[in-house]
Amino acid sequence: MDFNTKTALELGQMIKNKEISSPELTQAMLDNIESNDKDINAYITVDKEGALARAEEIQAAIDAGEELSPLAGVPMAVKDNICTKDTLTSCGSKMLYNFKPPYNATVVDRLKDAGAVVLGKLNMDEFAMGGSTETSYFGATKNPWDIERVPGGSSGGSAASVAAGECTYALGSDTGGSIRQPCSFCGVSGIKPTYGTVSRYGLVAFASSLDQIGPVGRDIKDCAQVLSIISGHDAKDSTSIKRDALDFSDCFTKDIKGMKIGVPVNYFGEGLDEDVKKPVLEAINTLKGLGAEVEEFEMKITDYAIPTYYVLACAEASSNLSRYDGIKYGYRRKDCENLLDVYYTSRSDGFGMEVKRRIMLGSFVLSSGYYDAYYNKALKVRRLIKDSFDSAFSKYDMIISPVAPTVAYKIGENSSDPLKMYLGDVYTVSINLAGIPGVSVPCGFGANGMPVGMQLIGNSFDEPKLVRAAYAFQQATDFHLKQNKYSKGGKA
Amino acid sequence: MNYQTVVGLEVHVELATKTKIFCGCTTEFGGEPNTHVCPVCSGMPGVLPVLNKKVVDYAIRAGLALNCDITRVNKFDRKNYFYPDLPKAYQVSQLYLPICRNGKVEIEVNGEKKHIGIHEIHMEEDAGKLVHDPWDDCTLVDYNRCGVPLLEIVSEPDFRSADEVVAYLTKLRDTLMYLGVSDCKMQEGSMRADVNISVMPVGASRFGTRTELKNMNSFKAIYRAINFESARQIDILENGGKVVQETRRWDANKDATFAMRSKENAQDYRYFPEPDLLPVEISEDWIQYTRDNMPELPEAKRARYVSEYNLSEYDASVLTSDRDIARVFEAVVAICNNPREACNMVTGEMMKLMSETSTLPEELNIDAAKIAAIVDMLTSNKINRNVAKDVFAEVFKNDVDPVKFVEENSLGMLNDDSLVEKTVDEVLAANTKSVEDYKGGKEKAFGFLVGQTMKALKGKADPQTVNKILKEKLK
Repeated sequence: MDFNTKTALELGQMIKNKEISSPELTQAMLDNIESNDKDINAYITVDKEGALARAEEIQAAIDAGEELSPLAGVPMAVKDNICTKDTLTSCGSKMLYNFKPPYNATVVDRLKDAGAVVLGKLNMDEFAMGGSTETSYFGATKNPWDIERVPGGSSGGSAASVAAGECTYALGSDTGGSIRQPCSFCGVSGIKPTYGTVSRYGLVAFASSLDQIGPVGRDIKDCAQVLSIISGHDAKDSTSIKRDALDFSDCFTKDIKGMKIGVPVNYFGEGLDEDVKKPVLEAINTLKGLGAEVEEFEMKITDYAIPTYYVLACAEASSNLSRYDGIKYGYRRKDCENLLDVYYTSRSDGFGMEVKRRIMLGSFVLSSGYYDAYYNKALKVRRLIKDSFDSAFSKYDMIISPVAPTVAYKIGENSSDPLKMYLGDVYTVSINLAGIPGVSVPCGFGANGMPVGMQLIGNSFDEPKLVRAAYAFQQATDFHLKQNKYSKGGKA
Repeated sequence: MNYQTVVGLEVHVELATKTKIFCGCTTEFGGEPNTHVCPVCSGMPGVLPVLNKKVVDYAIRAGLALNCDITRVNKFDRKNYFYPDLPKAYQVSQLYLPICRNGKVEIEVNGEKKHIGIHEIHMEEDAGKLVHDPWDDCTLVDYNRCGVPLLEIVSEPDFRSADEVVAYLTKLRDTLMYLGVSDCKMQEGSMRADVNISVMPVGASRFGTRTELKNMNSFKAIYRAINFESARQIDILENGGKVVQETRRWDANKDATFAMRSKENAQDYRYFPEPDLLPVEISEDWIQYTRDNMPELPEAKRARYVSEYNLSEYDASVLTSDRDIARVFEAVVAICNNPREACNMVTGEMMKLMSETSTLPEELNIDAAKIAAIVDMLTSNKINRNVAKDVFAEVFKNDVDPVKFVEENSLGMLNDDSLVEKTVDEVLAANTKSVEDYKGGKEKAFGFLVGQTMKALKGKADPQTVNKILKEKLK
């Protein structure tokens, strides 16, 4: 049976119907990893024994008639910046090359309670800083559609593993586009939830006021199911909003008649590749054909989103990453002369170039004499960006835009030009600054056959609206069903 | 030239909450190293802080007692610096919007009253401790203290002498202890004070260059450090030099301050708002509730003891010098309804016994009802004052039942006047020399005769009766 064309929910149903068992499915996924991951390098850690033991355990519970979630027994994987008890959580960094947390992230506990089988931990840009998964200490992840190309990032391992049939769904994290952009590059679906919807407890912080964990899946329905499990208030995260888990039960109706969609025309101007522009505009037409009302408007303030984002994200990162000092855990250079030497050499060795660049940038904008000119000003612009989204959502149910200005580029193509890399975040970072949700779903392919995604942006807590529209779109199209060499070739 | 010393204080107090400021670990002092820690307070990757509401309660309480404005929406900030005792490499503190501002405290030095301004009070977390291991020649870190909640109370530079500083610190300590906010033990580090000090010519309008003094662990050390540093600065100026702005360390053994680091080497803490915590919003109701439930502070208590109980200012201030002593006193009064005698028992007997047995006020474990019973026996002439003292000591040391103790040891007062008369006659007959002395004008001899009589009666007679009868017989 070809498990790779099935969604996680379909597989969960098959397990429930005893058409397959969780251990069988888990073994099939482990086989796919075995055959594909030497090319893709999506995994940092594969927990073969743990996954199989867990699958047996869940199968026994299911056989005993225990009522678990629709995803019970379905194997999945977790980005390596989300803590998993006693399992390496490296954040793709030499700094944490040996760090095994003594606790699970809240999202991992919630998924385990729902019967998830964790296959392992997924590769990422070091400390989630990057858009190509090239900065990982454990080597670059490759795009299953063309292994000479990047899978996007920072959740490149999450998107590539789902696209290559190496797991059924995955958890990623999104600080400035880190779920949506790799989903676009790899032809899979993903959701960046409203800030505060999913607990950050156990997510190794990059930029605390922007980070959110979210799902990556084969279609939007899988993502919605995962989000309904991991969302909801968590007392361990003070920024977690006191709301129940998101409910998507009435989203799968294909009905989007009268839904008002805003299209920010300035997002489609200079800098956007024709390869991306065409499929996104066609997708908007498809939605129009399904009954949505589409209107163009201007969203000028987001021109300032990139500098604002990099000031704030780096400022927070410079502080969040200070704890990696070689004293308590992780990497420490041996034979140091004194304390300062421990700090200097451990951090110099332990962090990669991009992380160091951002720590320096962040330390600079927070330093005395520059704080007002950079950090404070960026906070003000952040407020204005939020205001302009608020005013857009007083008119529209959602906004549609590209996810990234290009399709997946060649490995090494942008890595020597950080500024060009940063500009790749132009359509995604403002969503994090505003704290609102964004969905990325496949909407076509570029001339070179690389997948293209579109971004649906909603008001805070409007994930159900976005899922409804994305679901209607996926019912009307088959971009998300297309297979690449690896997903096809995955045996089982 | 004459100089004026100018001092401002930054006082840190550890709050007496049961758990830490951002996690559920105990705040208990001591404990094996790194046993009061969890992923949150030891700064593991991915963990998040959750504010202990009790810390806010205590900060509001302290702020109200020190006459501060409470900041309705206050925020936490991160103070970034590297040090091994600070596992996150930032301390969560309050810079931009501290919880309390604009307070004042009245102090009295040599009969002169004065107000000291409180610039602000902010909440923050404590750091761990470094322990040098001389055996292995290495430094170890103990994170037990990490995340213990602190209040930092920053005064205005309103002090002009070491006496004023000590008066303020004493008042601050009494107030905070009364509030139950902190135990303020300088030796255990639960109260610490940094001193900012400068000198200027008398009459000058601009303050001189200041230094910051650290590492004083008693009021006495603070007093000595201020006087030393003031003299040192004056000496520099007198010799045409300039005071360098720097941090100096007090060395109690050498009785002097030594430079630690100068302003040029001062760190840039890169403060910014803590994104992992929401702003703390304090409602009017919360403040009112705190105000309504404030324990009575020493000053108010003292005034009430004078007006309500008719005690002297002196007695009232002795009784209110400590919250636990006042607590015992009030409990005794509530039962026996005799503040005068309750005060005598507490300030006379109890405090004397406490100092003899080195008992701290918080260790007091004496039954107020038993003290009240002694007062009752005394005022109803069932025992005399000397017996009362002995019984008190028995109650204090062995927790005896005072009424039974008096009965079982036949300590009840003698009410048989004829027996007293008979004894007096015997004493006078046996001490003819003293009788002559007394008649010759030596008043002292009378006391001796009283003593002899009481001794013969095994201390159980009413001394007034003895006095009266003796006086009559000696006429």
